[in-house]
Amino acid sequence: MTKMLTVDTNPVDCYLRVDRIPHIWCAGCGIGPATGCFLRAIDRAELNPDKVAVVSGIGCSGRVAGYIKLDSFHTTHGRALPFATGLKLGNPELNVVVFSGDGDIVAIGGNHLIHSARRNIDMTVICINNFNYGMTGGQMGPTTPLDARSATSPYGNFEYPFNLPYLVAASGATYVARWTVLHLRELERSIAEALTKPGFSFIEVLGPCPTVYGRRNKLPRGMDEMRSYQERSVIRDGADPKDVELSLNGPIVVGKFVDIERPTLWDCYQQMLDRVTKP
Amino acid sequence: MSKDDALCGEFFMNGDTACAEGAISAGCRFFAGYPITPATEVAERMSERLPQVGGVFIQMEDEIASMNAILGASWTGVKAMTATSGPGFSLMMENLGLGVMLETPCVLANIQRAGPSTGLPTLVAQGDIMQARWGAHGHYEIVALVPDSPQEMFDLTITAFNLSEQYRVPVLLMADEAVGHMSEKVVMRRINQKELASRPRPKVVPEEYLPYDSREGLVPPMAVAGGGYRFHVTGLTHDDRGYPVMTAEAQDKLIRRLVDKIRLNAKNIIRLEEIGVDDAEVVVVSYGISARIARYAVQKARDEGIKAGLLRLITVWPFAEDRIRELAPKVKAFIVPEINYGQIVREVERCAAGKAKARLVPHMGGSVHLPETVLEAIREEAK
Ligand SMILES: Cc1ncc(C[n+]2csc(CCOP(=O)(O)OP(=O)(O)O)c2C)c(N)n1
Ligand code: SF4
Ligand SMILES: [Mg+2]
Repeated sequence: MTKMLTVDTNPVDCYLRVDRIPHIWCAGCGIGPATGCFLRAIDRAELNPDKVAVVSGIGCSGRVAGYIKLDSFHTTHGRALPFATGLKLGNPELNVVVFSGDGDIVAIGGNHLIHSARRNIDMTVICINNFNYGMTGGQMGPTTPLDARSATSPYGNFEYPFNLPYLVAASGATYVARWTVLHLRELERSIAEALTKPGFSFIEVLGPCPTVYGRRNKLPRGMDEMRSYQERSVIRDGADPKDVELSLNGPIVVGKFVDIERPTLWDCYQQMLDRVTKP
Repeated sequence: MSKDDALCGEFFMNGDTACAEGAISAGCRFFAGYPITPATEVAERMSERLPQVGGVFIQMEDEIASMNAILGASWTGVKAMTATSGPGFSLMMENLGLGVMLETPCVLANIQRAGPSTGLPTLVAQGDIMQARWGAHGHYEIVALVPDSPQEMFDLTITAFNLSEQYRVPVLLMADEAVGHMSEKVVMRRINQKELASRPRPKVVPEEYLPYDSREGLVPPMAVAGGGYRFHVTGLTHDDRGYPVMTAEAQDKLIRRLVDKIRLNAKNIIRLEEIGVDDAEVVVVSYGISARIARYAVQKARDEGIKAGLLRLITVWPFAEDRIRELAPKVKAFIVPEINYGQIVREVERCAAGKAKARLVPHMGGSVHLPETVLEAIREEAK
């Protein structure tokens, strides 16, 4: 007979607003496991939690900020990145993390995404890609695979999606990775790496949304999508971002694709200040 | 120039530049903006001056980003501002609302040009006065100041920062193209640190801190990011802890406080200039560049023996309701010259409540009223 192991607290409880649990996420949703990886990565990266600020936009993924017991900001749809830009430039000592969804960061906030990467502002973006707008009931978005069904593509999506690592790398990000919530260890390690890496770090996290995406695409339970990740994913660190396009049923290339050095926005600003103040 | 060196002395400069210098004198050390005529000179001046005083200037990818960036910066304890004009002002509305909801001090200068849409990009108007009041969705109160000269661009920018810090609300500087672009003498006094307000700070340890502690009165203390308070704030309706609460009761409590902190302090916020109002039969109510023309017309009317007065609104929002109500039974008419087809005149009419006539002297924008037009209206109403 196996014994049930019960624990009163989780090591990351100190980073959670436990008085807000239960959370709003559905059973089988991928946002929770990704949040867990982030919280563990704070310790792994040995950050001073008082200096970590988390910014979210709007969406199911955008609710992450609300459960994290750090300085946390739940802003407007798409605008987490420019809000975070103000935080970082206002206090460069802060370790600024943007945690939000694909619709939030890439659709309505897409302009801010490419410009933040271009500036190489020192922050970490964790983007939950569940291939649709979960919160509003499962409409298609800029990451929905071609032919996938959604609430607004009932006959199959006829638009090409973005290949996010390619987009962000081309825009200037110095750290780019993709994992699924099946790859918990790799994801945690990758987030920890991104948190300590200066410059713009972007991690795409594929996570199931059984409730409104899965059920329309023959993956009705969270486990179904996890199984499909298991069958389809291949780890290829260093893969060329242009080769990691996703499709409805094709391979899912995961790994760390970009890890390069480039002066951050703040480095460049400091150089300019030196020129101004030291004639 | 030392790190906190604000300019002092007498200068000949345009209103936009004076606005930027007022911001520096007020302690503003963060500016995010996007170029747009006729507000660009504010950004240009800030891009030159902020690095000199150790501040941050950043040109964002659009006005939505600019508005958000100043909110983020403000939460680190820095005084932050942006400047724009009509099209950019429209783009900022959603996140102006976020600023109201998060109770984030910041200053937004709108150097008004003629609209709607691209309108007359280089020419004057005062068409955004109601947008300033109601432009973001939902019910809220805002503070909006209207300068009538480069000198006031300097002075009122400082006032705007003070009010925003004091009441934890975004404050709008609703200038217009004429005032923004005209050059005049500007006296920049040395601003004493004691003249500068700063937001209330938490007096309790982090464990006891509530970001929207309503027991602290209408304006709760504000922590800074990175200060160890580990607080949460959200644009959702929230309770004293800053946690979302999706009930009518929470909405009632929050919105009443957000509105009341301005409404109940209106007397302390409102600034007016009055010339010959006390014995006036006809009172011209005006603001910004239009008030300068009105001032001349009122003087001419007095010369003709007409009992005319000028009530210049330095604060358009909150509106000077009490003063209009007080004057209404004593005057024949209020005359409202404004460069739009009737915005503040509606407020005047509402407060006059039939006791005195409220007459609009409109101008669709692109230039200013002729003094003669205003004078003629005064003559007619004085009959
Ligand atoms: C300006 C604006 N437009 C639309 C919405 C409605 N809305 C809320 S969440 C959302 C999509 C969220 O999608 P995503 O970022 O992918 O998050 P998910 O729920 O999938 O985690 C939309 C369109 C909004 N809140 N604000
Ligand atoms: S709707 Fe989808 S994304 Fe939202 S909580 Fe449910 S499973 Fe997660
Ligand atoms: Mg999504």
